[in-house]
Amino acid sequence: MNRSFVRSILLLLAVTAWAVFAVAQDDTTQPAPADTLQETAPVAEAPAPATNVRGEDTPGDEGGSITVFWDQSADDTGIDAEGITVIGYEIRRTIDADNVPFHSVGFAAPGSERFEDATTSDDSTYYYVVVTASRDGGRAESDVIGPVQSSPQWFNTNRTNVFIIGLIISAAILYFIASARKGKQLFIRRIAGLEAVHDAIGRATEMGRPILYIPGIQDMDDVQTVAGVTILGYVARTIAEYDTRIDVPTSRSIVMSTARETIKAAYISVGRPDAYSDDAVHYVTDEQFGYVAAVDGIMVRDKPATCFYMGAFFAESLIMAETGNSIGAIQIAGTAMPAQLPFFVAACDYTLIGEELFAASAYLSNEPKQLGSLKGQDVGKLVAMLAILAGVGLFTLAQLTGAETINNAAQWVQDQFLLN
Amino acid sequence: MNLRPSTILVLVVSAILFVLSANSYGFALTLAAFFTLGIFSFLYKDNPMYKFCEAVFVGISAGYWFVSLYYQNLLAKLIDPLVADPVGSGAIPYYVVAILGIMMLMRLVPSIGWISRWPLSVIVGATAGLWFITYLQSNAMLQLQNTIMPIQEYAADGSLNWYQSIGNLTVMIGTITGVIYFFFSKEHKGAFGTSAKVGIWFLMITFGASFGYTVMSRMSLLIGRMDFLFGDWLQLIL
Repeated sequence: MNRSFVRSILLLLAVTAWAVFAVAQDDTTQPAPADTLQETAPVAEAPAPATNVRGEDTPGDEGGSITVFWDQSADDTGIDAEGITVIGYEIRRTIDADNVPFHSVGFAAPGSERFEDATTSDDSTYYYVVVTASRDGGRAESDVIGPVQSSPQWFNTNRTNVFIIGLIISAAILYFIASARKGKQLFIRRIAGLEAVHDAIGRATEMGRPILYIPGIQDMDDVQTVAGVTILGYVARTIAEYDTRIDVPTSRSIVMSTARETIKAAYISVGRPDAYSDDAVHYVTDEQFGYVAAVDGIMVRDKPATCFYMGAFFAESLIMAETGNSIGAIQIAGTAMPAQLPFFVAACDYTLIGEELFAASAYLSNEPKQLGSLKGQDVGKLVAMLAILAGVGLFTLAQLTGAETINNAAQWVQDQFLLN
Repeated sequence: MNLRPSTILVLVVSAILFVLSANSYGFALTLAAFFTLGIFSFLYKDNPMYKFCEAVFVGISAGYWFVSLYYQNLLAKLIDPLVADPVGSGAIPYYVVAILGIMMLMRLVPSIGWISRWPLSVIVGATAGLWFITYLQSNAMLQLQNTIMPIQEYAADGSLNWYQSIGNLTVMIGTITGVIYFFFSKEHKGAFGTSAKVGIWFLMITFGASFGYTVMSRMSLLIGRMDFLFGDWLQLIL
């Protein structure tokens, strides 16, 4: 190391020492939020008040919400209108109209005719008044309405369509599960990435190097993690037969427990319970980038021959896949995270895209429940494709012919998928 | 390990300057810069500095998460509500959760370790049911709702809006062929296979766009780190 280099280092460090004294000052001065429409003029002509005010429990919710409706003020004719210009509505509330003053719970824009007050308690009754505000400071109160009480509902009737579609798919799933249990062979098409799983395990066995299996970084409440752990079961059965070493670092403690159970069951199923060791699965940390730092370290030190990434991933996906690529491992990934799929496609040898991850899980396990579930979902996809073709066809035909009936039919098809 | 005198000198001076920067803010800055450079050193190759930073990062984050989960989940969502109202009807769900949690710990006793599978089953089953509705709404119904539209769009003057019309047609073809690719009950052969290939092309083009977008966001993360090193730490960027 020459002297000029040492001098450079010293200079750098000296600058550092000076730099540490900079302390940022927070500007904590914040304007106080206004909680009511401010009076902007001492005397002003009042606008026409909102009329026909009524309040009701917000339907189809879990309680804690009342919706207030009204008819617009006669002066609410647009923000550029001449004369009195309504600039909005203030909704005020009290629990006792005679003894407790009203206080503001929110504002609605000009032209509005409803306001949802989502701050109510189901144990109280409320009274409301709608105050119409004009630009020059005029105010006009509506009649007081109430009492109104919020309450929870068992069913959200606004989502009946979701219920019916869910019911159709569930019925199809149950039908196919029952068929599979009766011994009917359910056809699932070949999935390219899965063909490589066996080869990848064989390669690790031949090279005498371990397999690294990453079941995503989400917990067991994520269905992708469930699929990842199911595929782990298949991989574990194969490595138990081949006597290959597997390393499963996890970022969630429950995933660690589940992965251990899965691998243990796999070893037992092939008659090698003695070969199982809890050490194959170990917890690292819940912190996303702490986890990926550790996994990268494992990769470059243990040099696994094969890396599996099956589950839910976020920004760590590319870091891991690139590191795996740099050590020459065969990499097979599967995830349903749309933002991470491009990285796996770019850096891995095979990628199970989206639902292929779940299909792979069913394909490998050959379990009636999973196969039936997959076939049932295919029924849902068929319905979706037919609905698209019908809806688009009808809309297009309606535009070409101008027929109202066809347009209504197309609208009906589209409305079946509306979320209210 | 043989260290040359010049290396030792640099290390000693570094250590002295490091200590001299020990007002709390300066110390934190220097520490953050040290770990940033330590993690970046992995770009060269695995080395002792990276190993040290990795171990510290993993150890601290694991400890942090333990404390965080204790205070934010165990204490706030279980123990506190139970202590506040241990015998009321509202306490029943908390007892159920507590029992499931204790069952989870049974795996520590090998002879009754099988009990820990029950809470796992509850977690997997309950969340699968919850996600079924969420995915049905967000991934399926919203997509369908926005795909069902006329192919041809007209401008205000009655002329055909080619740009919008081609867009609508692309969305429809992309959605249908994409769904065909993910249809597992039929082999990808013939016209069906061709449609599936079109679907995978749509997917790959989407992935390409997403790749570019995400790479740009990663670049902004890198710029953020550089800004920290040269701005906050070295104060070379003002």
